Amino acid sequence: MQKLLLLGAEAIAQGALDGGMSGIYAYPGTPSTEITEFVQASKEAIERKVHSQWSANEKTAMETALGMSYAGKRTMVCMKHVGLNVAADAFVNAAITGVNGGLLVTVADDPSMHSSQNEQDSRFYGKFAMMPVLEPSNQQEAYEMAYFGFQLSESLKVPVLIRITTRIAHSRAGVERKEVMNENTLVLPDDMRQFVLLPAIARVRYKTLLKSQEAFERSSEDSPYNQFVEGPNKKLGIIACGIAYNYLMEHYPQGCEYTVLKISQYPIPRKQVMELEALCDEIMILEEGYPLVEELLAGYFRKGKTVHGRLDGSLPRDGELNPDLVGKALGFDVSLDEKVADIVANRPPSLCVGCGHRDAYSALNEAMKEHGDGHVFSDIGCYTLGALPPYESINSCVDMGASITMAKGASDAGLRPSVAVIGDSTFAHSGMTGLLDAVVEGTSMTVIISDNETTGMTGGQHSAANGKIEEICKGIGVDPAHIRVVVPHRKNHDEMVQMMKEEFAYEGVSVIIPRRECIQTLARRKRKEAKQKS
Amino acid sequence: MKTDIIISGVGGQGILSISAVIGMAALDNDLHMKQAEVHGMSQRGGDVQSNLRISSEPIYSDLISLKGADLILSVEPMEALRYVPFLSESGWVVTNTTPFKNIDNYPSDEALMDELNSHPHVVLVDADAIAKDCGSARASNIVMLGAAAPFLGMPFEALEAGIRKIFGRKGEQIVDMNLKALRAGKEVAERVVANAQ
Repeated sequence: MQKLLLLGAEAIAQGALDGGMSGIYAYPGTPSTEITEFVQASKEAIERKVHSQWSANEKTAMETALGMSYAGKRTMVCMKHVGLNVAADAFVNAAITGVNGGLLVTVADDPSMHSSQNEQDSRFYGKFAMMPVLEPSNQQEAYEMAYFGFQLSESLKVPVLIRITTRIAHSRAGVERKEVMNENTLVLPDDMRQFVLLPAIARVRYKTLLKSQEAFERSSEDSPYNQFVEGPNKKLGIIACGIAYNYLMEHYPQGCEYTVLKISQYPIPRKQVMELEALCDEIMILEEGYPLVEELLAGYFRKGKTVHGRLDGSLPRDGELNPDLVGKALGFDVSLDEKVADIVANRPPSLCVGCGHRDAYSALNEAMKEHGDGHVFSDIGCYTLGALPPYESINSCVDMGASITMAKGASDAGLRPSVAVIGDSTFAHSGMTGLLDAVVEGTSMTVIISDNETTGMTGGQHSAANGKIEEICKGIGVDPAHIRVVVPHRKNHDEMVQMMKEEFAYEGVSVIIPRRECIQTLARRKRKEAKQKS
Repeated sequence: MKTDIIISGVGGQGILSISAVIGMAALDNDLHMKQAEVHGMSQRGGDVQSNLRISSEPIYSDLISLKGADLILSVEPMEALRYVPFLSESGWVVTNTTPFKNIDNYPSDEALMDELNSHPHVVLVDADAIAKDCGSARASNIVMLGAAAPFLGMPFEALEAGIRKIFGRKGEQIVDMNLKALRAGKEVAERVVANAQ
């Protein structure tokens, strides 16, 4: 069969489609967005009516997927690593309910924080929820793990976490497809109380999950993705997890001199780890992310065999791995000199020329002049770039929706004015409940919902509150007289400044909505329209 | 054969379509390939790069090692310099000479050319002018692809076939224009290589 040239993210989407998936649920987030976008664009998926619309946030996505699994069908939910924090309540409890139809939770971590606020390692979430975890080392494995993952989930009766990182998600390679499996038919769970986590039932379900751990471990030990290859040199045994395996083998294209255990399925395969420990003098652990395996094997008192990795300084404690760092840890003579010519200047990311957020920030800076710095809480999106020159307008960016709630807390502490700047999609994702808190207490604060009518930073996906923002604010209870809409444009600068000054002075919750379409989606729409005409 | 290439430029300059043509040519020639690219926040006017690896043997790492690249192919001159630490001692820098200035502290033309010319193996291509001569300024990235052709370790015909495949839907005229741009770029590079020997 002809190989397809696919990103790792796309390989997962194709694998899931070929594995009989009936629906995918997600909120966009780099580096996970392309999984869902691939399904949305797939002709086969459209013909099969595979669900692929965006969800309002990762929690609603996770719960909706669980509902599809309840109804017996195969489903995937996708998110970036910090999205799993949002979905965590549903995620952890889904391990206790178990599944009916196969349920795969694909989470894309971003070590080195290319587009994120932290580099948390989702494998810990898998361990925390006591769920099996798959971690592909290449695009073909990514395809196969999604393809076979539904069967694994159904046979172990539990959701399965697929953990990828930026370099798998956004790297392309040839991928060979397999035969397309049929989707499941609608069938309810055998036990109608399986999903009812009342304490009495939850205790029983939890014991079932605990009892299943042995089967999960056996599945790891028998997994084709976990490979044990004995080498002639017994001085060192190497455990390489996920993509770290590639950085190891890059130095040994003809085969490694040391014994290597490649781990791509968790729980950690105990049998193979014991074998490696018995065989080798010392152990080196290569893992992309936190030292999960290393911490466990090194132990608190470090009394066993010497374990090398991120904790003993053989590898850096933070950031993603690469072939050079791994090469150095293994004693190869590699270059680590990244110095470039002095004349090479940085190009920091900036808001696009013509973007409405720019005009909103220009007005905000002027309206804020009389109050000084330190009054503006912001959020996750393109507008976070308002923290950088030339605007330097905002003082926080923590997690989705935190602008509104932090502004409330600061207002409660006495800060006046207290202002939140949040995008339309982020508002729909996690801003509404915080706004309700503020309305309930009549908190003195202003929320600027900088509305570009799309989810801009991830490439222009549908924004769930599009066309509904004023109605949502009214419904939550904001006084309609203090819901103000304006077109953020240079010619409206004075109007915007005046509006902001008025609302900053108001002792209550006010909402200002500067609304203008994202210039990237506008340009794309214009191109599409021109194409349709011609 | 094994060729490791870093393709660089500024977000929106079309480096991904260069990767796409080379990638398609590689797969059609039963070669292994991996291509890591940058998505997300850094695309907004920031520097972007793609690690492209082609080999007759299986490829492990998605990323190229420092001092490991055979070629830096850049559609912007300062962006070529950003990746020099990745260039092997025998590697080539092939770059467009038209700068993309969206920052205040962009180096002077003179400093930029001096730095580029200080490298032993460099091909400077006025790709924008050549593309215009071929019929469309938008084909400058295809001129650059042509200029990289002598260093890719793949038959030139494979790239031509890649162009036909990718631009085929847009009609014969667009295909011919891009093929012309591809050949013009190749000729520039071949002249430089011949002079160097």
